[in-house]
Amino acid sequence: MTASYLLGVAASFGTVLFVIELLRRGILREKYAVLWLAVSAGLLLFALFPNLLTSLATALGFQVPANLLFLLSAVLLLLVSVQLSYEISRVESRTRRLAEEFALLRNEVEKLRREE
Amino acid sequence: MGTEQPTLVAIPALNEQESVAEVVRGVRQAVPDAHIVVVDDSSDDRTAEVSRAAGAEVLSLPFNVGVGGAMRTAFLYALANDFGAVVQLDADGQHEPADIPALLGGLDLASVVIGTRFSEHGDYQVRGPRRWAMRTLALVLSRVAGTSLSDTTSGFRAADRRAIELFARHYPAEYLGDTIESLVIALRAGLPVAQVPVTMHPRRTGSPSQTPLRATLYLGRALLALVVALSRRRPQMRER
Repeated sequence: MTASYLLGVAASFGTVLFVIELLRRGILREKYAVLWLAVSAGLLLFALFPNLLTSLATALGFQVPANLLFLLSAVLLLLVSVQLSYEISRVESRTRRLAEEFALLRNEVEKLRREE
Repeated sequence: MGTEQPTLVAIPALNEQESVAEVVRGVRQAVPDAHIVVVDDSSDDRTAEVSRAAGAEVLSLPFNVGVGGAMRTAFLYALANDFGAVVQLDADGQHEPADIPALLGGLDLASVVIGTRFSEHGDYQVRGPRRWAMRTLALVLSRVAGTSLSDTTSGFRAADRRAIELFARHYPAEYLGDTIESLVIALRAGLPVAQVPVTMHPRRTGSPSQTPLRATLYLGRALLALVVALSRRRPQMRER
């Protein structure tokens, strides 16, 4: 039980709690929360059983176990940012569509008012 | 095709209070039967008031959506109010309203008609990368269209009922999408595209931003827009 072990466990446990709290308060939508829950659960797993990472890295042929962790995080972050770009593009195009419909409706309302 | 139903003239405008009124008056003179709608892309100036005073109906967008979004609004309007044709022209006075009947005449042969600025009329000149971009675009799109299209980025164009139905749903809001991509969409949907020569005026107000860097950027974005548009799946025309 080294200090770094305890620190790792505490930090990853804190992350899990933080994500759950965000979800509970309705700040994070479920489709994003699931991803982060999985990530923080994995983090907790590796923090609790450091040997897991070492044996996995050895099996995959990594010389330094930490490199496996770095690779996984880089890939994960890449996927997340692509997903966010996708989501924001969709939101933008929906917003634009709403703006267009809004312009037409405002025009209709003004026309009706003038007729009254 | 044909133009028995009324015509809508759509003028997308962003901060054009100096020129839009004259454009609207010019259109009223050139095509008295047409209904004129100015799509105000959230201008900071008095574009909307000035247009209304000149006799146009004004559609005001709550925030800036670009020419593509403004035109899609116009196409939605045309669809909802049963217009048979939509003519698009710029609010800065570059396009000559007297050419509108010629554009509408082109709709007898095609669903989308582009007013081309490269012809004996007017004295439209471009140089450098922008010229190469326009050349390349013209070459590729002419090949796709199966007819000569010399000015694919012209914002002076006409669309018939079938094109209105297509564009009301599929008009691209991307930069340059309103010109290049919309042509590809029309062609992919099987709508014939043609061009007629138009006169080109120097803009009445504002200045075309032309630095070598910008022109090169334009070239890149234009080609990207073209490649992306060509690689898309074809839009589905609704069965009628």
